[in-house]
Amino acid sequence: MGRITLDKVTKSFGAVEVIPPLDLTIEDGEFTVFVGPSGCGKSTLLRLIAGLEDVSSGQIRIDSKDATDVPPARRGLAMVFQSYALYPHMSVRKNIAFPLRMARMDRAEIDRRVEAAASVLNLTDYLDRRPGQLSGGQRQRVAIGRAIVREPAAFLFDEPLSNLDAALRVGMRLEISELHERLTTTMIYVTHDQVEAMTMADRIVVLRAGHIEQVGSPLELYRTPRNLFVAGFIGSPRMNFIEGELARRVGAHTLGIRPEHIAVSDSGGEWSGTVGVSEHLGSDTMFHVHGTGLAETITVRADGEVGFKHGDRIHMTPRPDAMHRFDAAGLRIG
Amino acid sequence: MATRHSRSAARLMMAPAVILLLGWMLVPLTMTLWFSFRKYLPLRGGDLGWAGLENYSRFVSSSAFWPSVQATLIIVGGVLAITVCLGILLALLLDQPMWGQGVVRILVIAPFFVMPTVSALVWKNMFMDPVNGLFAHLFKAFGAEPVSWLSQAALPSIILIVSWQWLPFATLILLTAIQSLDREQLEAAEMDGAPPLKRFWHIILPHLSRAVTVVILIQTIFLLSVFAEIFVTTQGAFGTRTLTYLIFQRVLESQNVGLGSAGGVYAIILANIVALFLMRIVGKNLDR
Ligand SMILES: Nc1ncnc2c1ncn2[C@@H]1O[C@H](COP(=O)(O)OP(=O)(O)OP(=O)(O)O)[C@@H](O)[C@H]1O
Ligand SMILES: [Mg+2]
Repeated sequence: MGRITLDKVTKSFGAVEVIPPLDLTIEDGEFTVFVGPSGCGKSTLLRLIAGLEDVSSGQIRIDSKDATDVPPARRGLAMVFQSYALYPHMSVRKNIAFPLRMARMDRAEIDRRVEAAASVLNLTDYLDRRPGQLSGGQRQRVAIGRAIVREPAAFLFDEPLSNLDAALRVGMRLEISELHERLTTTMIYVTHDQVEAMTMADRIVVLRAGHIEQVGSPLELYRTPRNLFVAGFIGSPRMNFIEGELARRVGAHTLGIRPEHIAVSDSGGEWSGTVGVSEHLGSDTMFHVHGTGLAETITVRADGEVGFKHGDRIHMTPRPDAMHRFDAAGLRIG
Repeated sequence: MATRHSRSAARLMMAPAVILLLGWMLVPLTMTLWFSFRKYLPLRGGDLGWAGLENYSRFVSSSAFWPSVQATLIIVGGVLAITVCLGILLALLLDQPMWGQGVVRILVIAPFFVMPTVSALVWKNMFMDPVNGLFAHLFKAFGAEPVSWLSQAALPSIILIVSWQWLPFATLILLTAIQSLDREQLEAAEMDGAPPLKRFWHIILPHLSRAVTVVILIQTIFLLSVFAEIFVTTQGAFGTRTLTYLIFQRVLESQNVGLGSAGGVYAIILANIVALFLMRIVGKNLDR
């Protein structure tokens, strides 16, 4: 069980209110991702849930029991830190066993659980090493191992992959997703990488300056972003925003169109411009188009084989059903 | 520094320092060794020729020798125990955010800047004096008989004085070590269900082990040769005659340079035994 409810939770550091009143419910077994730009209060929110910070006001309930004043150790949550926070002087085995030793579990049971966790995480060969003798990905797995042996009600991850290189990150992402499938325990995952958010989450919580901008499944956020901020934050490369005459014609202040929803051609289309930088990813190519008269740059995503060069004339046609309209306050229309 | 060329260049550049240090060490050492084999009584005829091992056997067979070794070890051990334990406590305390932190930290470090002679005099006259000392007044205020510290409890008194001097050093080093501890480790331990005492025992103390080793090794070097504090207070009486003080008495009070030099060689041996022990016990903390 691991249903976490935040009820009008606020947090201030001195006079600075980092989290204004915030309501959120995380359902049991859900993989929830907090995303938002740096400094928006993701870590603070996670630490409030963990109990490492005290709330300034409001209530946190875990499984409908008030946990606001319960110390971190007794909330039944496990946390994986960005720096891993492994105990450097203990072997991997002792690191993983630490929470169980603190819970005064008996030896045999500790050994059984450590072995089980190690085999799940492919750490069996490293049990007698110190954290200093492991690679980044292995350390990350030890940190996760230390979290899973406790069989917590929920896992909290604070940017666990941000210290890893790109390839390893993709691998660990899959491992964590698989772990979630297997354990079906509630997981709260903080990241500022929207690809991680999109690929892993059941539900994404987009935060800005402590406010929840939108909550929803990855595809909901992708298809119907509630405002300009979410529209710009979710999706890579960023959505194109077009203001002015074109937007006014359809009754909006800003028009949004994602790069992948624009078709390109060298003969003719609705819009045209000059190709600036093009980024070839192999499977796709991103063209940054200037001089369209719509916005400073329009980014388009085309097939990898489409071969426009710097300075070429390019014609573009947006998919009409994939246009997003926003009003002057930045809120979605329709 | 990996190539052969740069290594030999490094050796060349280090040579002057090494030679200077060697000379600095070797000249007095050889002179001590030389005198220890001579019968040398400056006021009673000067250098009276070869003495063989007589100085060595006389120094050890003197009834003052073993008690002096014992006194030395008790002082070193006592001061180490007090400074390390209190140092850890103080460092933990100073690490907490509190009002007036900067001033408090400077105050804690202050004793280290007081010269040993001065601090011993201050302790002797202002605190431990059986008539005018602060302790005497305190005892009288509670209706107790004042203790004459430096004669009734001379060794503990000296340990107290020396500890007071070295506590800031230990505190300072341990404080910097505590400050270098990753906060997330403590938070992780907290989430893992470790109460404060267990966090101290399983996380903070192992983290401090290297700093404690450094404190112990450096302090031992200086504590083996404690002198001013004894000279100013008890003059070696009441069981406070350490090996260093015994050598001083042999050389200056009995005017026997040869005997004193033999004592000096014993002091070197003692220091090495102590160092060997320490390296065995705590030295493994260093190679990590
Ligand atoms: N202990 C603290 N004292 C004062 N202000 C703090 C403290 N911790 C965080 N803040 C402030 O709260 C805000 C949110 O911080 P938080 O660490 O939650 O951001 P974040 O969303 O996790 O950012 P990042 O993605 O960079 O980790 C920041 O503006 C930060 O300066
Ligand atoms: Mg953060």
